Amino acid sequence: MNNISNLILPIIVLIIILYGFIKKIDIYDVFVEGSKESFDLVLTMFPCLLAMIFGINIFIKSGILNDLFNFIKIGFVPTDIFPMIMMRPISGNSSLAILNSIFENNGPDSFIGFLASIIQGSTDTTFYILTLYFGSIGIKKIRYALWAGLFADLIGIVSAILMAKIFF
Amino acid sequence: MINKIWGSFIIIGIVYCLLTGKIEILNSEILNSSTTALDMVIKIFPVMALWLGIMNIAVKSGLLKKMSKLFYPILRLLFPEIPKNHESLSLMSSNMIANMFGLGSAATPFGLKAMQSLQELNKKKDTASRSMITFLVINTSGMTLIPTTIISLRMMYKSVSPTKIVIPCILATLFATIGGLLIDRLLAKRR
Repeated sequence: MNNISNLILPIIVLIIILYGFIKKIDIYDVFVEGSKESFDLVLTMFPCLLAMIFGINIFIKSGILNDLFNFIKIGFVPTDIFPMIMMRPISGNSSLAILNSIFENNGPDSFIGFLASIIQGSTDTTFYILTLYFGSIGIKKIRYALWAGLFADLIGIVSAILMAKIFF
Repeated sequence: MINKIWGSFIIIGIVYCLLTGKIEILNSEILNSSTTALDMVIKIFPVMALWLGIMNIAVKSGLLKKMSKLFYPILRLLFPEIPKNHESLSLMSSNMIANMFGLGSAATPFGLKAMQSLQELNKKKDTASRSMITFLVINTSGMTLIPTTIISLRMMYKSVSPTKIVIPCILATLFATIGGLLIDRLLAKRR
């Protein structure tokens, strides 16, 4: 599996370059011209990312989430998974860090390791995508986007728990 | 909306820190967040510069248009308001293809370009359009076929079957996408 996924990237690049070559477009100039756009994108991205990280980090590092988990206990899922569930939509790096520590403490083949892998793999960081995508084009009124995104996360996490129960 | 969420994150965080006496953490977090943001941008920047270059070849050679034909039936259904052959359709399908193979870093530039393209069709420039939200939901629900990062992480920790998660992941992400799209349709109709 790992070998196959290692092949995907080079093959995509090869196909794109080859196709441009056959179509006889100025691939070099076109590449440089496209690459230049990244400067504008990065410049518009930075303030939005900064704003989000500023808010999220203060919230996370205050420890309020961790303290809350000590009060919540639901029977059929391991309690240790709750920080992961809460963190997944907010910060991809933090949830990846939690996944790491779960692997470290319980091993990847434990039930919680299996469940955490599925949660990490089946949803994405809603807040990050929301900030980045809307921020880059200057959208300020996001309407129902956050609720729809978080609802998708919720379904993803519930299905992840179900799948973990079925496939483990 | 975004004002309320952002504000409450900061207010709750600071008040809780003050109550529990984590003043030092608070100070370092306030000062360090800009460095963290800059680090992230610096990490994304080179990948984006590279992919926007390669992608431009795919756009100018017409390859992107061809590829997007594969997703056309699904995209027509999800985005009925986008005119036929609009560039955003091919950009969105490229974003989806990259996401499916777990190439998050390649998916992001496609996604950003797709958003720019959707903005051209948007009538109120500061308000998210329906298509933008639908596209966002597709992205936030994961859409991964091969979760490469997690498989390699499981290998690193010597799992006996690192790829055992692939099928459950696909199913869970499928349910999330379907659920997300349903609620998206529902909320779009309500407003």
